[in-house]
Amino acid sequence: MNGPFEFTVSLGDDALVAAQRLAEWTSRAPEMEEDVALANIALDQLGAARLLLTYAGELEGAGRDEDALAYLRDDREFRNCLLVELPNGDFAVTMAKLFFLAAYQLPLYTALAGCADERLAAIGAKARKESAYHLDHAALWVRRLGDGTEESHRRMQAAVDGTWPYVHELFAADPAAPVDPATLRGDFDTTVTTVLAEATLTRPETGWTPAGGRDGVHTEHLSYLLAEMQVLHRAHPGARW
Amino acid sequence: MVAAVSGQPVARGMRESLLHPLVSMDPSCNTWDMYGNDFAPADASDGDLLGQVEAAEAALRAAADRGRGGTAAPDADPEAYFADVIDADQKIEPRDWMPEAYRRTLIRQIAQHAHSEIIGMQPEGNWISRAPSLKRKAILLAKVQDEAGHGLYLYAAAETLGVSRDELVDLLISGRQKYSSIFNYPTLTWADVGAIGWLVDGAAIVNQVPLCRCSYGPYARAMIRVCKEESFHQRQGYEILHTLAHGTPAQRAMAQDAVDRWWYPSLAMFGPPDGDSTHSAQSMAWKIKRFSNDELRQRFVDMCVQQAEALNLALPDPGLRWNPERQAYDFTQPDYDELMRVISGDGPCNRQRMEHRRRAHAEGAWVREAAAAYAAKRAGRKEKVAA
Repeated sequence: MNGPFEFTVSLGDDALVAAQRLAEWTSRAPEMEEDVALANIALDQLGAARLLLTYAGELEGAGRDEDALAYLRDDREFRNCLLVELPNGDFAVTMAKLFFLAAYQLPLYTALAGCADERLAAIGAKARKESAYHLDHAALWVRRLGDGTEESHRRMQAAVDGTWPYVHELFAADPAAPVDPATLRGDFDTTVTTVLAEATLTRPETGWTPAGGRDGVHTEHLSYLLAEMQVLHRAHPGARW
Repeated sequence: MVAAVSGQPVARGMRESLLHPLVSMDPSCNTWDMYGNDFAPADASDGDLLGQVEAAEAALRAAADRGRGGTAAPDADPEAYFADVIDADQKIEPRDWMPEAYRRTLIRQIAQHAHSEIIGMQPEGNWISRAPSLKRKAILLAKVQDEAGHGLYLYAAAETLGVSRDELVDLLISGRQKYSSIFNYPTLTWADVGAIGWLVDGAAIVNQVPLCRCSYGPYARAMIRVCKEESFHQRQGYEILHTLAHGTPAQRAMAQDAVDRWWYPSLAMFGPPDGDSTHSAQSMAWKIKRFSNDELRQRFVDMCVQQAEALNLALPDPGLRWNPERQAYDFTQPDYDELMRVISGDGPCNRQRMEHRRRAHAEGAWVREAAAAYAAKRAGRKEKVAA
């Protein structure tokens, strides 16, 4: 990675794929209030994705807008982290994914708000407020499920264990980027350690650390997600919507 | 039941605005800020419906300002007081005495409206993942979210009549209460999202605008807010169809096909013809209902004909023509036998919609139980600290 275009695309792809996964919950959430909340968070992620992809298109200077980047790239050209493309699983898996994502995005957007690039700084300033809410919401559910019933504790621990390997990719060093992800790891670890302890959950040991998303080498899941997302747009080349 | 889910802008203040006549109700529609200026003029798509909602809101405020001459005196006849309030076009409020049948009618009607919002998330939700642009995806997601919000808001309105949301959800899940039959039709193409917005939301608004003047205060206030948001949804649907109708030949064909499939089911949304409607007369007398099914259906047809012309799409009715004597359009009635079949459970998607809702409810049970257990533990710890 490196270079402002690749950096901006990777953040935009994280947000877009996260939005696509969260929106899958629409009309399926455990409570009506949660349906509204998950749609809120999906809308925030989608809004950030649109700003980031639009700006990435401008940085590239090849005439690609947000839709060209979202709908006309194949999975090998997507730069999102693997964490966001993993299937939703049960509600505990979704909350584990959201919790880890938000615990990364909050310090990321906060740092971005102070970076030298004015456009990225403005996007960071807007998105960090939203991330703070996402983190709050996900952390509340991690605590509720971790310290709820026996079943919810078991599911939440399994969800944390299953998604934990995918967080390491988020912090791969990239000293040339507007914000070096490696500098965010301390904040992330503090948040995660605190919340997992409150939730009576065990923080997993680090072993396997899958990666590759930033280089366009994804899990098998992303291609299916994109096939669904892109099918209508691609069926009508050049059409306006 | 999940106790106090944090960060829910829709839920917060909901009860307050239902219970207090003068709390301001601004149209904080989710999709408001996603509009550009790239849609047709308002009068081409939503007629004067928004104006009628605003007039109803003004009337509601004026009635509240006039006051009802205080509450009923302790020795007054509650039945006579109820009749006086209805006659004077004032609002019945939750603490007022009301006939048991009035209460039951309202609970049934408001609950069925709430169920319709919740089930209605499914046909449109079907296209969120495949929306053809990121802007359309955002607008659609926000719209479906609005429907969840309307459902919550209406369940809260029903709860003011002394029934709990859990009971009402059980009635839906067990099939003992219905939702609008229109949602038992499938959304086969993207244009269906436009047709639902234009025709289904359009019909819903025509139905609901008079409910903004309903005699039961919390329902009238809920309907004012819902109608304002619905009018934006209708405009979005119109705009989707307008874009498709002026797009490629394939997009145009998609739009016409959607209108062809949704026209008659939308007409059927107004219910059976007046002669066959079972609940109408008493509801009219109580000022829950203000116009008959056939009057509202005619109003909808007259509104749509002009809009269809602006869209350059045909309504699939060879019998549609202006009748100068009636000053209204003659039109072909929907197939009421089909309506009855769909209501009784044999529409294309009845089983699918119910199965989807039941599964979501069942699969969420362990989460709701965990939230309740967590809340109970927290309350227990607080008590210990206090002691």
